[in-house]
Amino acid sequence: MSHINRSQIDRVAELARLSLSDEEADRLSIELDSFLGYVETLNELNTEGIVPTSHPIPLSTPMRDDLPEPPIDPELAIRNAPESAGSAFVVPKVIDSESL
Amino acid sequence: MSTAFATIDELRTALDSGKSSVVEIVTDCIERAEASQDSIHAFIGLRAAGAIDDAKRADARRASGEVLSPLDGIPVAIKDNMVQAGEPTTCASRILEGFVSPYTATAVERLERAGAIIIGRTNMDEFAMGSSTEHSHFGPTRNPWDLTRTPGGSSGGSAAAVAAGIVPAALGSDTGGSIRQPAAFCGVVGMKPTYGRVSRWGLVAFASSLDQIGAFARTARDCAEVIEVIAGHDHRDSTSIPAPVPHYAESFHGDLNGVTLGIPTEYFEAEGVDSDVLESVRAAIGQFEKAGAKTVEVSLPHTRYAIATYYLIANAEASSNLARFDGVRYGHRSRDANGLTQMYRKTRSEGFGTEVQRRIVLGTYVLSAGYYDAYYRKAQQVRTLVRSDFERAFETCDALVTPTSPEVAFAFGDKTDDPLTMYLSDIYTASANLAGIPGVSIPCGRVGGLPVGLQLLGKPLDETTPLRVADAYQRATDHHLHHAGSSE
Amino acid sequence: MADHASQSPDSKYEVVIGLETHVHLRTASKLFSPAPVLYGEEPNHSVHPVCLALPGVLPVLNRHAVELAIRACLATHCTVHERSIFARKNYFYPDLPKGYQISQFEEPLATKGWIEIVIDGADSGESVSEKGDVEPTNKRIRLTRIHMEEDAGKSIHDEGIAGSDATLVDLNRCGVPLVEIVSEPDLRSAAEVSAYLRTLRSLLRYTEVSHADMELGQLRCDVNISLRIRGEQEYGTRTELKNLNSFRFIEEAIEAEVKRQTAILDEGGEILQATLRYDPERRETFVMRLKEDSDDYRYFPDPDLIPLVVSAQEIERIRRQIPELAEQKCERFQSEHGLSEYAATQLTQTRALSDFFEATAVAHGQPKSVANWVLRDVMQATKECDLEIDAIALTPEQLANLIRLVDDGKTTAKSASALLPELVRLGGDPVALVRERGLEAVSDTGVIDQAVADVIAENPENVEKYHQGDEKVINFLMGQVMKKTQGKANPASVREALARVLDQ
Repeated sequence: MSHINRSQIDRVAELARLSLSDEEADRLSIELDSFLGYVETLNELNTEGIVPTSHPIPLSTPMRDDLPEPPIDPELAIRNAPESAGSAFVVPKVIDSESL
Repeated sequence: MSTAFATIDELRTALDSGKSSVVEIVTDCIERAEASQDSIHAFIGLRAAGAIDDAKRADARRASGEVLSPLDGIPVAIKDNMVQAGEPTTCASRILEGFVSPYTATAVERLERAGAIIIGRTNMDEFAMGSSTEHSHFGPTRNPWDLTRTPGGSSGGSAAAVAAGIVPAALGSDTGGSIRQPAAFCGVVGMKPTYGRVSRWGLVAFASSLDQIGAFARTARDCAEVIEVIAGHDHRDSTSIPAPVPHYAESFHGDLNGVTLGIPTEYFEAEGVDSDVLESVRAAIGQFEKAGAKTVEVSLPHTRYAIATYYLIANAEASSNLARFDGVRYGHRSRDANGLTQMYRKTRSEGFGTEVQRRIVLGTYVLSAGYYDAYYRKAQQVRTLVRSDFERAFETCDALVTPTSPEVAFAFGDKTDDPLTMYLSDIYTASANLAGIPGVSIPCGRVGGLPVGLQLLGKPLDETTPLRVADAYQRATDHHLHHAGSSE
Repeated sequence: MADHASQSPDSKYEVVIGLETHVHLRTASKLFSPAPVLYGEEPNHSVHPVCLALPGVLPVLNRHAVELAIRACLATHCTVHERSIFARKNYFYPDLPKGYQISQFEEPLATKGWIEIVIDGADSGESVSEKGDVEPTNKRIRLTRIHMEEDAGKSIHDEGIAGSDATLVDLNRCGVPLVEIVSEPDLRSAAEVSAYLRTLRSLLRYTEVSHADMELGQLRCDVNISLRIRGEQEYGTRTELKNLNSFRFIEEAIEAEVKRQTAILDEGGEILQATLRYDPERRETFVMRLKEDSDDYRYFPDPDLIPLVVSAQEIERIRRQIPELAEQKCERFQSEHGLSEYAATQLTQTRALSDFFEATAVAHGQPKSVANWVLRDVMQATKECDLEIDAIALTPEQLANLIRLVDDGKTTAKSASALLPELVRLGGDPVALVRERGLEAVSDTGVIDQAVADVIAENPENVEKYHQGDEKVINFLMGQVMKKTQGKANPASVREALARVLDQ
């Protein structure tokens, strides 16, 4: 049974903002199909009523006091940026035909 | 003295007696690292100048009788997924091209405060995704025991750096076995503490609920010393456990009287396990009994579901954790993109390697509308089952003994064709990450000249028992004293 | 409010509106980062490695933000859950540096509450009484849920600054704590939406949950609108108006969207589920994107954060901290201070005003008189000085002393009122000021008698009218006397002297 097809791979690549060549997408759909086939084994287990573990250590989230720390030097904040103007990051504009 | 293959203990003795200075030790260390880059390629970047400066300061401290900790002046390497202020961090990825961190990871900061000298950043599978260190943008690391074989992964650079005698200790991170499996492949000690023991602040996330920083060293005692320094509560990590860190060596009695070790049946009956590996592990179990340990058979019935569960959870979390690498604030940005969406897509596909993109696609898919319950929630429920397996097993024993990996170090390219085969090599290690429990791998013999690793798993927050068992074993045997290139 | 045709009671369609309101919480630091919350800074001047989503950073929850969020939930009668979960909402946008927003999805902080709004009859199709009179009515708007989340940064598309092919990204706002308050589709008109938002804003300010300043983006809302044939049970297909940040735009946008949907339905067309933007220039709404290609946010529990657990005792402690709300205060002002409903309502518009009034009333002892002074003279003076009531220099004690000077006949109401702008700006001792400026009321009978004699001599026709029985003329004559004494004469003495002379 096939779990995933090319068009689903394309949709996922779009969601994940990846640009895959045809060849890569085809290969990925085969590999993912085989992986999803493998994880089918989990369906042997009846997990009804079992509380999901999203965290291995059962605690409640700690909270900090509302004390502001000095902000990072703006020059340092943008130093790693591929493109900046003043103290702002610069990105290409959204083109109308692009879906967001 | 020659500092190659020296333990932390030996270096400290040399420093205390005045036979060596920190500058000498660190200079030696960096020379060895540079000399081995062509063959082993354990490092992505060396901190030569910075490390020598730090060494001078350590010598000055020593001269004025002000030693910061037992690690003061000891050279340590860090995996290139932990940030250090003013230094690059790459995660072995092109996507972090040019990134220099403005802040320091807690684990690294604690090493610095203890006076340890950070000598460089070690190679790894890109974003810690892999079991062979083949998936590095900067090229693979080779196993010091056999250069045609992988050092394991993803912390292969750290394991190889210790195995090649370059540094006495190194930090790694372990999400599904990324410290323990390369430790086994390279014949060194490698420990992943309890989830939450070592702060993840400054560790570039792969899978947040599984990632844990740990250490490599030549002996259990050295490993314990490093863990002691980096462990402990940190308010910057919400998942950090507010529990005191024991002085582990206090419990190293040499004997194992009163310790009950559990032997999980499923781990010794798994498919595709090398029988020679099993034999080495069984021989070690005999040694534990000789030292006074009792052994009992235990069952971990959900073991066969662990890999599927692990990869579903890890990749889902990774797909979200890696969204921040978008070419906006740091790292690589594609030069030939038209418009924002194309900039994102080209940047990410140019920046991430094949394995990383594969996992992002898989993780995105299992979280997407309509599949969440079938895959992600299901995996989290099975995670609960895996956890309770361990809880039940620990009712009858203090620690578990298993092989670390089903086989010894494999050759380059052996598992790159079929990702699933690669994933299956994490069979003995991934469960511990799902359950959040501590585990240590120690060398317990060799098969065909290559080291075999034995894994000891402890109860949550009990790093002490696995370390104590490992130490007792190393007092009674000499497997840890052999190293790549040493004569039998 | 010009065009009511589309939603008048005789329209064939009923308008159904639900709101998602985003409110900045009044904290000093961000929700998951210790960066300060500041408004109006240069780009990226109030950020921290956590806001920048640098590799390796982790979130730690701000306790005060949780307390304020719970306060908002309790003030809106929601059930606060002892356990709630932070989830990641995954999407790519330059002002969202992590590539996900930390929000709550399954298991939010609170569910099922309500807010009561008052609708002027004139604004609502529902409340016209049989006589055709309009009466204000109360209406309960149910809340679906309240959850916590972090705000995104800002993308600046100004072509003048960024050039035509680029967008600037500022992350100062990124990580500012928010609550999202989701209402049921219980609203039926733009006016009801307005009343809902004003009530909500007052409530958030009273409880000090938020400054709720729309201009600063501290209160923003998304409006979900659908139409259905009157009497139908089922809801129509809804559209969403995004990120509206002024009352005027919200009302206009709703009117425009109702008009657009009405036109489509009238022509037998079908409403498509979509996100719309309002263009204030053209006064029209237009579709930004259809929901068909909607995002798939891939929500999952944030593994960097453990569930938020707040004990029942803690929730009780927060409940006890909630200050008296406007509604309760308005009732108390009527029962305790004997104010009219109008005065009580006016005085409880803002917490600062009600606090100022009450402190003055306590200092002075006659709340009704104080209410008049505050609502008329003080409000006018603050307006003149372009100040808000919480920024004035005049203290309640000073105002009480000033009113007492008038009560005791030591100065006139007119003189006191004239002093108020200065007092509002600078404060000061009214007794000393009245003396320095020579504003003491003139009770000297010699001066008053002279002025009365002059006025009577100058206005024979009015005196004549008075004698013919037009007693109202005395007010005019009094005004003339006051003018002659530069308003400083004690009015009671003037009236007495005038009456004495006229009735001779």
